[in-house]
Amino acid sequence: MKDLFNKPLLDAQALYKHFAVGRKPSLLDRLRGTAKPVSMLHAVDDVTFTIGKGETLGLVGESGCGKSTLVRLLTRLLDLTDGSIHLDGEEIGHLPAKGFGRSPYRPRIQMVFQDAGDSLNPRFTAFTAIADPIRRLKPIPREALKARVEELAGMCGLPVELLGRFPHQLSGGQKARVGIARAIAVEPDLLILDEPTAALDVSVQVVILQLLEDLKQRLGMSYLFVSHDLNVVRLLCDRVMVMYLGRIVESGPAERVFRYPAHPYTKALLSAIPHFDSLSGDAGHATPRLRISGEPRSPIDPDPKVCRFYGRCPNGTEACSQAMPLLQGVGPGHSVACHFPLADTAAADIAKPDPLIEDVA
Amino acid sequence: MSAVPVLSVDSLSVEFRTRSGIVKALENVSFAVNKGEMVAIVGESGSGKSVTAFTVMGILDAAGRVTRGTATFGGLDLLQAPEAALRDIRGREMSMIFQNPRVALNPIRRVGDQIADVLLQHGNVTRREAPKRAIEMLQKVRIPDPERRARAYPFELSGGMCQRIMIAIALACSPKMLIADEPTTGLDVTTQAAIMDLIAELGKDQGMATLLITHDLGMAAEYCDHIVVMHAGHIVEAAPTAELFAHPRHPYTAKLIAATPKPTVSLMDLAAIPGNLPDLRAAEIAPCRYSARCERKQTRCDQALPQVLGDVKNSVVACWNPL
Repeated sequence: MKDLFNKPLLDAQALYKHFAVGRKPSLLDRLRGTAKPVSMLHAVDDVTFTIGKGETLGLVGESGCGKSTLVRLLTRLLDLTDGSIHLDGEEIGHLPAKGFGRSPYRPRIQMVFQDAGDSLNPRFTAFTAIADPIRRLKPIPREALKARVEELAGMCGLPVELLGRFPHQLSGGQKARVGIARAIAVEPDLLILDEPTAALDVSVQVVILQLLEDLKQRLGMSYLFVSHDLNVVRLLCDRVMVMYLGRIVESGPAERVFRYPAHPYTKALLSAIPHFDSLSGDAGHATPRLRISGEPRSPIDPDPKVCRFYGRCPNGTEACSQAMPLLQGVGPGHSVACHFPLADTAAADIAKPDPLIEDVA
Repeated sequence: MSAVPVLSVDSLSVEFRTRSGIVKALENVSFAVNKGEMVAIVGESGSGKSVTAFTVMGILDAAGRVTRGTATFGGLDLLQAPEAALRDIRGREMSMIFQNPRVALNPIRRVGDQIADVLLQHGNVTRREAPKRAIEMLQKVRIPDPERRARAYPFELSGGMCQRIMIAIALACSPKMLIADEPTTGLDVTTQAAIMDLIAELGKDQGMATLLITHDLGMAAEYCDHIVVMHAGHIVEAAPTAELFAHPRHPYTAKLIAATPKPTVSLMDLAAIPGNLPDLRAAEIAPCRYSARCERKQTRCDQALPQVLGDVKNSVVACWNPL
């Protein structure tokens, strides 16, 4: 898969984001030398990945796993604690988030937010909302602006008559279209989609997903698709990355990860999706139920030697509490951070040639 | 299916008075929930799922008015019963879990006290015993360290924990009937699975009847015995779960199943449902509220709405030209 996307569009190396929590030690404590070190919340810990040109990468994980923090680092809304982000070979990780809005890189990374209703300014008409990023980032004359906004609306399937309406006069699907049109208005290279269909009904969701796929083909953008709906991720993504408590626990080609999950957490996520395949007579895809209990460990000052999933993991052993597992390859482009990757990956490989290898050959 | 159902709703119609006219939110809705059974009402937003639940619980918005029908629960018509009688039933015989637990819980009261409130209200326990019973309930919904958590405020707990508290409150008096209105929206998939497993298990243990309101067909399929599909305030189809998915008969049900992402289908094979919900404020609504979106529409669809009994016992489809 990597060969197809020779030079990555986005190359994130060893990203860290730690937040200080609790009270800072007082001056008196510091002078006395009795200051306790400040606790650190490890929101994103040693995350490395790339996104190829024209590729869709899925980012999956539960709330609190650091998805949103990672997204905010990539969109340069937050400063990194450590690490580097290269966009098309140029380092953007060191640029301060505060001034990034005026940087020439700003139009190249855009975002579609989770709830289109909440992320649109209620006092902006659809036209103003879509025109706003163009006015700020790539100003063009008035006449051209009007034509451009109408073109964008057309591309996103938003009737031009609706451009004068305010968000409260639009349906959920129409608001989602405005959010997408606004994000692609400045022709980004990388579009970050944060659960773009979470607030929509299934019938509308399908249309929006198909629109996104179509826009990607037409405009040659790369997507980072953040979601906890694995069925949706499976539909749209080439590769998928599973995050747990700030770390990547598994990454690989989407089809492969979903079929042969190697990390117990991925498997638990997959088996938690309710489905009705066996009922509607589709090809049998019975995942044996795997339930994980309890809550995730605390992300505050985690023990660097303990696997983050230890304690919730059904396969956890003592080894898991003595060394943090690192990402290791378990197949073409497929890696997992687990001391005991699930075995059916290997068995499946013997049974069935990997379709992805054939593709590359 | 022989005994008297725990809850039986019969030809229920509800209207809302709004500034822009009367909205016919529900029309002729009938279904029943038996002891120990879990029934799902599925539909898209605006289909009338929650209005149905709210009407049954007697907590309909003041603008809403029941124009027809009955909702019989234990021999009592909930729609005619005086408020005092309803107060006695709610929380004890019939409970509800709401969509957003953080909003539904009292933010400035400790969760243990909120569970104890329900027990005290219905006089099951003495004031001295109540806190202990609250902790037992927390244990039952598998909250670790219940003694400590009983003293927590809702904001100190995660979304999944808050929903468990809601379940503890709802089940504190061992009700005969539980209405769960989208109990897992906004929760993670793993938490969703845990919460639904818990509801199903406790329901089975106590022989409780459960009405699950959801937009997630997958969840309805996995947990429910019987599924009622609603569209624009009408029941379009109702059938036992296996039957509904194997042979959907109403075109809307079939479309809904086809639009739901599943592991075996690619993006381009998923079919959207064309059109929108009809405007329920209009004076003249087509008898079949799906007809404007329907590909199988016939001329008689504009004349009268059929109530056809299906082939299988207990199934209903409202269509002139079913699949």
